[in-house]
Amino acid sequence: MYLSWIRGSLLLGFVFILAFVVMKPIGVSTEYVVIDGIYEYQQHHDLIHKDANSSSGYSSNNAYLNKSGGKLAEHIIHPKYYGMVFVLSIILGGLIGRLTSKKASKSMKQIPEFHTQTFGNKVFLRYLFVFVGGMLMLIGARLAGGCTSGHMMSGIMQTSISGYIFALVVFVVAVPTSILIYRRKGN
Amino acid sequence: MQLEIIEAIALGTLFGFALYKIGAADPDKLIGMLKLEDMHLAKTILGGIAIATITLFVGVLLGLIPMEHFSIKGIYWGVIFGAILFGLGWGLSGFCPGTGMAGLGAGRIDAYFYFIGGLVGTFIFASVYAGLTDTFLYTTLFSGVGTIVETGKATALFSSSWSPVIAIAIGIILFFIGYKLPKKFR
Repeated sequence: MYLSWIRGSLLLGFVFILAFVVMKPIGVSTEYVVIDGIYEYQQHHDLIHKDANSSSGYSSNNAYLNKSGGKLAEHIIHPKYYGMVFVLSIILGGLIGRLTSKKASKSMKQIPEFHTQTFGNKVFLRYLFVFVGGMLMLIGARLAGGCTSGHMMSGIMQTSISGYIFALVVFVVAVPTSILIYRRKGN
Repeated sequence: MQLEIIEAIALGTLFGFALYKIGAADPDKLIGMLKLEDMHLAKTILGGIAIATITLFVGVLLGLIPMEHFSIKGIYWGVIFGAILFGLGWGLSGFCPGTGMAGLGAGRIDAYFYFIGGLVGTFIFASVYAGLTDTFLYTTLFSGVGTIVETGKATALFSSSWSPVIAIAIGIILFFIGYKLPKKFR
């Protein structure tokens, strides 16, 4: 039901090269910061203010939103920019992918098999794991300056050394993590 | 609508579609790869990076690539420590920031909890960032060398005009590794 590895490679490689040529290398995790900021700005309007001295025209009392001339602060005020629309469109792409796949039932299992095999049908535990996982990953991605798309895929395709290091460390940590957590019961 | 927005919708949708079609939005496939039991996705990712690398640098040699689009991320201790946190979360969840979004579109409820967790994560990071900037985490490594071959955006290990050939060779090697990678190790 999923593409063969060679077809998948061609499709994935094509998307990354197309995005590079048309606009810029693909990256996703920055937009999580902006989505946070949009919500926060609605609660506290003093988060961001106009600033003629900053290159984006905006600055923030948060040091992270303020870096690179307040670019993130500007994105929060004007969220209809390339990166945000790109990331939100991924949701639409996932939906189309599912609707155009004949045997989507297996991939639509709400609790993955590896979880059931180790923890049984405990939905709450699955939701807790992905919540904690998402939290760790986005802290990590922001500290590292990118995620699987930005560092690993886009980075390595440009022969960026940080991309190689990021990929290597991620796999060295993730492989034993998965093997240890998701041991089959009885094995 | 601005051209940039139309491009963003087209490319983002295509990216999400591709992630779904290769199985990357399916945590069973991702954890299967990380448990070394189903290497299908690893072969696809390696092949995808290889094809992108080869195409990119053949394009560079032919003068078809807008060189200003290159964007090279720095190397500092934070890349390594960030990767450790990222690896822990990946092994636990089976989603990535991008594949989680594709999973959301495919109707996965766990992807929703992943997304919320991610937003909490970036919130925590943005809150503590000011205190991290002066620490060793932001110390540059490898005296700032950013890429293997010349891109015009960072110091390169090989900086001659024929250096794109090295990138193409790396791409071919990556593809070969993907091709040779067994379907499973365990």
